[in-house]
Amino acid sequence: MTETAPGPSTGSDDPNLTMGIDPYERNWMRLSIALLVAFAATITVAGFSMGFAVPGADGEVDPRTVLETEPWSSPGLREISPGVYEAYVVAQTWSFNPRELEVPVGSELTIYVTSPDVQHGFSVRDTNVNMQVVPGQVSKLSYTFDEVGEFPYICNEYCGQGHAAMYGVVNVVPASAVSAGNDNDNASDSAEAQGDADGQVD
Amino acid sequence: MTVVDRSQSRPRNWDNDYELTDSEKRFVAQHIYVAIAALFVGSLFGPLQAFEFSGVDFYQYIEPVIKSYYQGLTLHGVLNALVWTTFFIVGFTNLTTMKGLGRPLSHPHINRIGFWVMVVGLLTTAFPILANSATVLYTFYPPLQASWAFYLGLTLVVVGSWIEGLGFYLTLHAWRKENRGTRSPFIALGGIINAAMWQIATLGIAVEVLTMLLPWSLGITDATDPELARTYFWFTGHPLVYFWLLPAYVSWYGMLPKQVGGKLFSDSLARLAFWMFLIVSVPVGFHHQFTDPGVPQTWKFIHALLTYAVFFPSMITAFTVIASLEYAGRKRGGTGLVGWIRTLPWDDPSVTAQLLGAILFMFGGIGGLTNASYNLNLVIHNTAWVPGHFHLTVATAVTLTFMGVTYWMIPHLTGKALWGRRVALFQTWTWFVGMIIFSNAMHMLGLLGAPRRTPLGKALYVPESWDGHLMRVSIGGAILLVSVLTYVYIMVRTIAGPKVEKALVPAVPVAQPLRPSQQTPLWLDRFKPWLIGAGVLLVIAYGPQLVDQIFNMNLNAPGSDIDLW
Ligand code: HEM
Ligand SMILES: [Cu+2]
Ligand SMILES: [Cu+2]
Repeated sequence: MTETAPGPSTGSDDPNLTMGIDPYERNWMRLSIALLVAFAATITVAGFSMGFAVPGADGEVDPRTVLETEPWSSPGLREISPGVYEAYVVAQTWSFNPRELEVPVGSELTIYVTSPDVQHGFSVRDTNVNMQVVPGQVSKLSYTFDEVGEFPYICNEYCGQGHAAMYGVVNVVPASAVSAGNDNDNASDSAEAQGDADGQVD
Repeated sequence: MTVVDRSQSRPRNWDNDYELTDSEKRFVAQHIYVAIAALFVGSLFGPLQAFEFSGVDFYQYIEPVIKSYYQGLTLHGVLNALVWTTFFIVGFTNLTTMKGLGRPLSHPHINRIGFWVMVVGLLTTAFPILANSATVLYTFYPPLQASWAFYLGLTLVVVGSWIEGLGFYLTLHAWRKENRGTRSPFIALGGIINAAMWQIATLGIAVEVLTMLLPWSLGITDATDPELARTYFWFTGHPLVYFWLLPAYVSWYGMLPKQVGGKLFSDSLARLAFWMFLIVSVPVGFHHQFTDPGVPQTWKFIHALLTYAVFFPSMITAFTVIASLEYAGRKRGGTGLVGWIRTLPWDDPSVTAQLLGAILFMFGGIGGLTNASYNLNLVIHNTAWVPGHFHLTVATAVTLTFMGVTYWMIPHLTGKALWGRRVALFQTWTWFVGMIIFSNAMHMLGLLGAPRRTPLGKALYVPESWDGHLMRVSIGGAILLVSVLTYVYIMVRTIAGPKVEKALVPAVPVAQPLRPSQQTPLWLDRFKPWLIGAGVLLVIAYGPQLVDQIFNMNLNAPGSDIDLW
């Protein structure tokens, strides 16, 4: 009990300290709290006034019948108003339907995803779009694509043997190339990806 | 704050001379042997996964036994994250309870029953996994459906750990009756707080399995509510990481200081940290569900804030543990701002393992704070960053610490000497270096958008720019393979070695507090206020959303009709 060490440790031997908390440690605790409060403030501002949102409770569906129910019976891209798009994407073992979404650069795209079978993931590379896809639920996030390019969307939740092959792509094209690619509403180009995924509906 | 009570006149030396009997030692050792066996088998798949990333596919050679990357990954997750940890922790807590309190278990048969229930559970789980009828990974998210035996076995492992936990409380209770007015010794109290936290936390998984997954896998019901299942799962899933971590903290606070020739810097704060973990470990589970549909943003946000609260006791731990080490380092003649680090006994593999584990834990902690930061989570959720993160925490801070503990504990329990001290040092450093390379590459891949739980060697969307990182994952994996094989070899040689003189067998290292623990306020030694606090916070932070999801439960997701794996 009488041993002391040089440096900050000495304070602790003083029985008058509250709970034996060393002054250095007290300051460390203050600093920790200040740091955590600063982090909390940052995510609050970013999350609620700068619009970096996470998914929320955006609707439920019945996984047994969802593929026969609008809009999921005809997944794909819809233009809501100039430069504003909505995409309904079905994630099912082991492909996305549709496999490709083409939007002109600068568009705001709101993506809705659900699954009729098991859980999947939907993350668009190089963006903040990243959603768990859960049967019975609709996942939704919006993103404005400000750069031309290909943005793969990848299944990032294990969903069985074909998981590593499950992806699609958002094609962001120059504004001039728009009209040609804008017609893939019913996503017929995803038919090749279907094959093994029909047994769901009965 | 001064607390006066009649015990002031009866200070008690923590370092009691209680020595576990041979049969008690055997009982503890049985837990540790199962743990090490699980780590051995489970860890073999880690390097295979890591090699796959750079296109070196060993799965084709083991196909007769293990059918796929995913079956191997299920084994890896279950054996390492669930079996190695749980068996080690329960065994270690038996030891810290008996040695800490200086008495035998009050109801040893209860603990024996608990242990065998865990073993039966382990076997019940192992069969379906090995038969490839439970390739659902260690999170078993429905509607991926495993064989019922998989769920039943996991339940039995948890129930067994509850039964052993009951044995610990009864022992503490008996000790308190015999030692009225005395503060309970830290290493015993810490382990038992962990057991209590675990019992609260595992209610989530228990309800998930008993009400949803078992009836469904047995064919009694035909569908599940996967979002509710996720909420149940993560009710348990986050505190699970503290269940792993707290025994490592018991060693860092309560044993490591003794091993390095020092003392526990602050007994009060060590306890305060543990009580805080009891309260805030559980009501934070939605931070694993930030990207989930079906959970409103408000609850996610509240859990993000509570997660920051649970970071606080870890900050206390960082200070107290480092201060304890500094105290020892200076006593050993270390000077200067960092000179004391060099004078610590780095030639003791048990110490080195724990120090290196603690160093990497700082990076794990920073990464964890990132994960918990609400919308920042969108950048890394389900990417390779996440396994990169938890190989720093559970697979290094916890695992390397547990390995370090076995370097004195196995000799202590068996009456043998540690085989190959220098080899053991090599083992700890290779784990450290291998993990730095591996984990850094995984973090980078995650930031670039590489998904986790994916054999990236054959994924169809991998750009060339990832190649360097994928290669580094494999290199780290190779170093880790050497390390884990070395570890198992050391253990086998030690256990198979000859008994040695008693004087050469290491004792249980129990650190004395710098300031007598009798001065620790009474409220830091009582379960009741903290348990009530934990209950209240749970009701506030989980109650409304959980009740909402349960009342709106929709068992409408049957899963897939095709063979998924
Ligand atoms: C020998 C050293 C190890 C190596 C090389 C290694 C490698 C890996 C790799 C590459 C993955 C990612 C697989 C993927 O996401 O597709 C992984 C996952 C995982 N590892 Fe390890 N690992 C090692 C040891 C450990 C240890 C000691 C633990 C725990 C104590 C552990 C726990 C886990 C867990 C829980 C997962 C996630 C499984 C899942 O996503 O379902 N690993 N490991
Ligand atoms: Cu998938
Ligand atoms: Cu967590």
